[in-house]
Amino acid sequence: MKEATAATKTAKDSKSSPKQNLEVDQAQVTVGNRFCENPKMSMRDVNVFYGDKQAIYDVSVDIAKNEVIAMIGPSGCGKSTFLRSLNRMNDTVDGCKVEGEVLLDGDNIYHKNLDVVELRARVGMVFQKPNPFPKSIFENIAYGPKIHGLADSRVDLDEIVEGSLKKAGLWEEVKERLHQPGTGLSGGQQQRLCIARAIAVSPEVILMDEPCSALDPIATARIEELIEELSQNFTIAIVTHSMQQAARVSNRTAYFHLGKLVEVNPTEQVFTMPEHQLTEAYITGRFG
Amino acid sequence: MSNSMDNLQKIKNSLKRRSRSETRFRLYGRVAIAIGLAAVLALFVDIVSKGHGAFKATYIQVDVHYDADLLGITSLADESQLMQANWDALTKSALRNKFSEVSGRRDKRQLYKLLSNGTGFDLKEHLVVNPLLLGETESKWLLADDDIDTYYKSWLEGEPYDARLSKKQVEWIDQLHQQGHIRLQLNTNLLTRGDSREPEQAGIYGAVMGSLLTLMLTLMLSFPIGVAAAIYLEEFASKNRFTDFIEVNINNLAAVPSIIFGLLGLAVFINFFHVPRSVPIVGGLVLTLMTLPTIIITSRAAIKSVPPSIREAALGMGASRYQVVLHHVLPLALPGMLTGAIIGMAQALGETAPLLMIGMVAFIVDIPQGFTDPATVLPVQIFLWADSPERAFIEKTSAAIMVLLSFLLIMNISAVWLRKRLERRW
Repeated sequence: MKEATAATKTAKDSKSSPKQNLEVDQAQVTVGNRFCENPKMSMRDVNVFYGDKQAIYDVSVDIAKNEVIAMIGPSGCGKSTFLRSLNRMNDTVDGCKVEGEVLLDGDNIYHKNLDVVELRARVGMVFQKPNPFPKSIFENIAYGPKIHGLADSRVDLDEIVEGSLKKAGLWEEVKERLHQPGTGLSGGQQQRLCIARAIAVSPEVILMDEPCSALDPIATARIEELIEELSQNFTIAIVTHSMQQAARVSNRTAYFHLGKLVEVNPTEQVFTMPEHQLTEAYITGRFG
Repeated sequence: MSNSMDNLQKIKNSLKRRSRSETRFRLYGRVAIAIGLAAVLALFVDIVSKGHGAFKATYIQVDVHYDADLLGITSLADESQLMQANWDALTKSALRNKFSEVSGRRDKRQLYKLLSNGTGFDLKEHLVVNPLLLGETESKWLLADDDIDTYYKSWLEGEPYDARLSKKQVEWIDQLHQQGHIRLQLNTNLLTRGDSREPEQAGIYGAVMGSLLTLMLTLMLSFPIGVAAAIYLEEFASKNRFTDFIEVNINNLAAVPSIIFGLLGLAVFINFFHVPRSVPIVGGLVLTLMTLPTIIITSRAAIKSVPPSIREAALGMGASRYQVVLHHVLPLALPGMLTGAIIGMAQALGETAPLLMIGMVAFIVDIPQGFTDPATVLPVQIFLWADSPERAFIEKTSAAIMVLLSFLLIMNISAVWLRKRLERRW
């Protein structure tokens, strides 16, 4: 039923932008396994607009608990916009409007009674470029627990910091210099610091927006290992430009094209037997 | 092949022309800088050459006899007696004793003009502090009159200016000089006293205090208001036509001639709110209006220069926008804001025009002690002195300019120092 309405809406949209007709027509309905039982997050008919320009068209998809879902697609396809609408980071963008439902454990995160501060404590984010605070390594990790009042004592805080750094695989490298600036670390270490910072408040979901695009292959490999470890405890949604990375780290892969979700399937299937011809065209390198 | 040779030849031909025009451009730049430096140098040389004299004053040594009968007092403890006492009689008798050969009313009157007519009061203060001197005689250096001061300084420099002196006075000074009883001494009056009609007694302390009080008020008002406005506009306000309108108006306000702010202050603060005129409160309010746009603009620039990635990181952690501002944006923007505030204050310190409109141009002798005491400020004091007919005020004016410039220099240096000190490079 829902899919049917989504399809008609899409058809309407495609008429209004004749230039995109050829490709959009092929992507009217998302194919693959979009839904699951007891999803951690579920999106229903999500549309995102930047002013008059629509960036996301009728996306409906579920994210299961403790899965890693990768979002791939050519530049400008809206995958980052979609990711940022999952913890309302788009709120800060002027003129950005989100329609539809985004549910976290069944609650709509765009409901006016929901506090965005609480939401972001539950849905953490790691950004494309490592962005540690210009403070010490310790302060970087301790910031989240401090503002949310998670630590009852200094000892508690120390434990949280140590635990987070250990989970992010950074403890051994920085335990001697916790009080030196976080910005003094290498790019890969900074990104792991940002991941440690995100997990210090024990979020349920971690969103990662191309976390390795600014890193060298060795640092990338470490982050990918880390994602695999973290997936035991966290639900992770990762946007990536690298199809190899999506193949390596994710359980499911979602392919976006011009603001539409074209296909969602188990990663293995997407990269071996894509259902949709646009997905196939992308992963075989015909565009992107 | 021939084509590429051709191109090479063309490039080679153009090289000379290009390097010539670059050399020419560099020359223009150097000339421009030289003109600027020469202007600054000329300004400083002129001011310092005129003003350095004001830091020294001419003093004459006389033997003062603290004669109770001459003063007409019986006790130093009685305030009313002290008020009525004839203190000038002390200096007059001291001068008569020094030049015992002088006789005749006219000559004596000229003789009395050697010393500043404020010396009597100086002696009073001296005596009150040292009551044991009553009835004793003391050898004392007393401040000379401004005409004597001007003559003596010009005479020492080899170009005596004696238009305001009689022949006898010139002779007396000659005599004093040979005896070693006239000399230049550090002019403590300049930095410790308020304004006076007598140039030798006029000081800039009153104006310095007035400037200080006015600037304190300006800083206390304009910095918090300016920073709050800047933070709100940058971090919280949505971008729409109304905020655009506000932004355009703030930028326009920064370019409004300062005298307009004076008129505004006169109309609003004095006529409508009945704030007393000539006081640091109204001066501070007017200068606050004037510096607010500067502080808002520089603070906004400082906030804008904080990388957005820091804001995103904090927001992504679940910090509220207020926490983002307080924990991350403000600490990073503070050096820039402080620099802007100091530049705004320096601008306010040098401002004259708006203060003329609100009565801070009055002749005020007393040192202002609080925000409600009538006061004047340094640049206005300079204006007042520059307007005075007495020749001795020329060097006073230049000296006051030197003091004002050194305050400005200190403020600008501290702005640079603060920025370097607080700026965090990450």
